[in-house]
Amino acid sequence: MSTQSTTMPGSFAQPDGISRALGTFYWSIRRELWENRSLYLAPLLAAAVFLFGFVVSAIHLRHRFSSSQLDTEQLREALTTRFDIAAALIMFIAFLLGIFYTIDTLYGERRDRSILFWKSLPVSDLTTVLSKFCIPIVVLPMVSFAITLVTQFCMLLLSSVIFMGSGAGVGIVWTGIPFLSDSSALFYHLLTIHGFWYAPLYAWLLLISAWAPRLPFLWAAMPPFVIVGLERITFGTSHFLDLLKYRALGPNSAMTPEHHHTTTTLIPHHFFSTPGLWTGVVIAAALLFVTVRVRRYRGPI
Amino acid sequence: MACIEARGLRKAFGTTIALDGIDLRVEDGRILGIIGPNGAGKTTALNAILGLTSYQGELRVLGRDPWTERDQLMRDVCFIADVAVLPRWIKVSQALDYVAGIHPRFDRAKAEALLRKTSIGLNRRVKHLSKGMVAQLHLALVMAIDVKLLVLDEPTLGLDILFRKQFYDSLLGDYLDRNRTIVVTTHQVEELQHILTDLMFIDRGRIVLSCSMEEFESRYAEVTVHPEQITAARALNPIYERQVFGRSVLTFDRVERGQLLQLGEVHTPSISDLFVAVMSNHAGIAQGAAR
Repeated sequence: MSTQSTTMPGSFAQPDGISRALGTFYWSIRRELWENRSLYLAPLLAAAVFLFGFVVSAIHLRHRFSSSQLDTEQLREALTTRFDIAAALIMFIAFLLGIFYTIDTLYGERRDRSILFWKSLPVSDLTTVLSKFCIPIVVLPMVSFAITLVTQFCMLLLSSVIFMGSGAGVGIVWTGIPFLSDSSALFYHLLTIHGFWYAPLYAWLLLISAWAPRLPFLWAAMPPFVIVGLERITFGTSHFLDLLKYRALGPNSAMTPEHHHTTTTLIPHHFFSTPGLWTGVVIAAALLFVTVRVRRYRGPI
Repeated sequence: MACIEARGLRKAFGTTIALDGIDLRVEDGRILGIIGPNGAGKTTALNAILGLTSYQGELRVLGRDPWTERDQLMRDVCFIADVAVLPRWIKVSQALDYVAGIHPRFDRAKAEALLRKTSIGLNRRVKHLSKGMVAQLHLALVMAIDVKLLVLDEPTLGLDILFRKQFYDSLLGDYLDRNRTIVVTTHQVEELQHILTDLMFIDRGRIVLSCSMEEFESRYAEVTVHPEQITAARALNPIYERQVFGRSVLTFDRVERGQLLQLGEVHTPSISDLFVAVMSNHAGIAQGAAR
């Protein structure tokens, strides 16, 4: 260690420097989770409520199955749908949380003046902004994936108990529902869409959050509206609106898990060769760069 | 190398000039009190030193440019701002964990020892603590960090007398035994008078007075003048005159003690009295210049 520091004093390549940078990043993420407990509590609560609803509906399904109102195929279909709904519900909540989190986080620290405390510590604006950016694109997808997995596993166990002794029921539960491939498709979807595709959206919200003197939500939503309106009036076209739609709905090659149940149809190389993806990543990087600069200039409101 | 070195430090907000070309040099181990009326530019000066605001002119703090190197600088500098800035949601234990996690010079055991002297529980959240307790917590965190420069901006604002006393007592007892530089602004000047080594008055973005405390004590004198000596006293150009219990109290700058002793009782003015004297003079000069 001492020989190393004599050969390259103060260099960032020092193991010490890197581990400190990683340590700072780790604690920055942890403090975000302390502050925003809803990031995991809200999906957990939604999962709990959903599980309760699922038990009720599964009991109902068993009655219909026992009284032969449903055949095996219909039962399988009904159960699969419920598994998909669970995944979609948790994912949607995580998406909303990501939006609300990013628009408020850098505004909130200025509003409650805690920015002065954070800035009194040896944490750079870059580390702060990147750690906040990681919440919607890494932490929330991971959290929602884990919660979905646990929820679906609970559903599997619960339906096994409910369908016990109902003939083919238990067998359907364990063989008929594409649990594992569903999960990998979900993981892929979270990684690509929520991680990469929506990156510019979150970066934009962070920028506005760092900059807005007040009403960050309004400031974030207004420019797109104004641009769409102006383009419509002056040129009569709607290219910008199409662009926003494209960004919101995702490229065709990155299918939502509801429609494709096997990983082979997800074709990652199509997604990663979509130019729109890389344009988005570049835009996100530029927005983050500006956000870092803006945070340096901003003090408490 | 001085701890803080500024030359021609300037900052304007629109047309308002907050700092009008300040020259400043604070050596290691000094305790500088910056005193000035509201809006004099104290906080702006401190913000520039801490890398919280951009500025024109030259400024080095511990050899670094605070504006571009704030994060590295903060390893050796700590500050407490004029209002409670600890996040309201944070638990005392989380604050300890976090600072321990990110600050290479934080001594957790020391912070915990300081907190044990207070009634602050580790599981409490900041929002459930009283104003005084939040200040105690912040001070405990800051004092457990082994920094070279501590900046305090109105650290005791809004605290009651007991807390203020405790604050400065623990600052004196636990902190001042090492070679550290402290810069502090306050309106409660009396509480600070005995711990300062240097004094600076600023007004409208300019330094009005800057001296060490030894210089302050030898230079300024306050005389409660015998009524029959008042004409002779006024002839010595006092910088300020006020009435206390029907007797004239005159403040002199650089007038020989022997001469003053003949006029009445001589004593060193308090910082706040001198502040009033210098400020009213300065205001007069400024108005005169405007006319």
